[in-house]
Amino acid sequence: MSLGPITLGHYLSLGGILFALSVVGIFMNRRNLIVLLMAIELMLLAVNLNFIAFSHYLGDMSGQVFVFFILTVAAAESAIGLAILVVLFRNRASINVRDLDDLKG
Amino acid sequence: MDITTGLFYTFAAILLFAAFRVITARSTVHAALFLVLAFFSASCLWMMLSAEFLAITLVLVYVGAVMVLFLFVVMMLDINADGFREGFWKHLPLAGLVGALIALQMALVLMRGFNLEAPEPTPLALEMGNTRLLGIQIYTNYLYQLQLAAVLLLVAIIAAIALTLRERKESRHMGPAEQVLAKKADRLRIVKVAPTVEQPSAPNSPSSPEPPAGGKGAAP
Repeated sequence: MSLGPITLGHYLSLGGILFALSVVGIFMNRRNLIVLLMAIELMLLAVNLNFIAFSHYLGDMSGQVFVFFILTVAAAESAIGLAILVVLFRNRASINVRDLDDLKG
Repeated sequence: MDITTGLFYTFAAILLFAAFRVITARSTVHAALFLVLAFFSASCLWMMLSAEFLAITLVLVYVGAVMVLFLFVVMMLDINADGFREGFWKHLPLAGLVGALIALQMALVLMRGFNLEAPEPTPLALEMGNTRLLGIQIYTNYLYQLQLAAVLLLVAIIAAIALTLRERKESRHMGPAEQVLAKKADRLRIVKVAPTVEQPSAPNSPSSPEPPAGGKGAAP
């Protein structure tokens, strides 16, 4: 790959770096539940970027339809996740992942 | 290096910087705002890939709804952010190793091929535009999946409301079914009261004794 015209590989590399960055974020912010949710959103963004890049370079609209459905599912997921977070904060007065070890026995 | 290449590298740099700040920002509000920036630059990249409808949808749905929801929750909860930072840099070696491994694996795959140049847009695409083509795809080939997505959104609405709704102790709430089923007899009790006749105390009654002071109105 060079600096020349933008190829499919450029977009896929960007998506890969973004995905790796959000995995690093999940590892480093393993205490804060909200930042964990944000890192998951970043992962979904990287995946969507790959889908759209393939759709553009291969000339197939189905990739964009998939991105449409991924956006729907991600919106539902973050809404329910934040609702669970609010309930959790009401019961525990904390969103620290360290405090959530009831199932440990 | 033409202008498209320059724009790609600019947006990609902003996107990666914003993503880096999301995972390292000290305050959660700052992380949410940098996530907004990341979504904006991703939307610009999608526009360069001629996915205009999805780019606008990303800004409308994500920046307009989901990130506002995030900011709302972050500001509503009184979070003590100090406890999250302990051991933050301790995880850096493991996290960096895993991240570098993922990036390396991706690079091994991506270096081989994928040197596709962007195809020239077909006359059909030029004539109809991205939004119309996407609409045709969704409403003909993917109609069933679209309705499933609608049901999924409904489930998400009901789940979010059912999770966060709480019964207040002081609220005087009554079930609608109970209200509809109520009969008149449940609420109203008619009591026959026997009439009690008292001695009338009106002054102009003929049998009442007249006050002695006024002799004018006395009956003959």
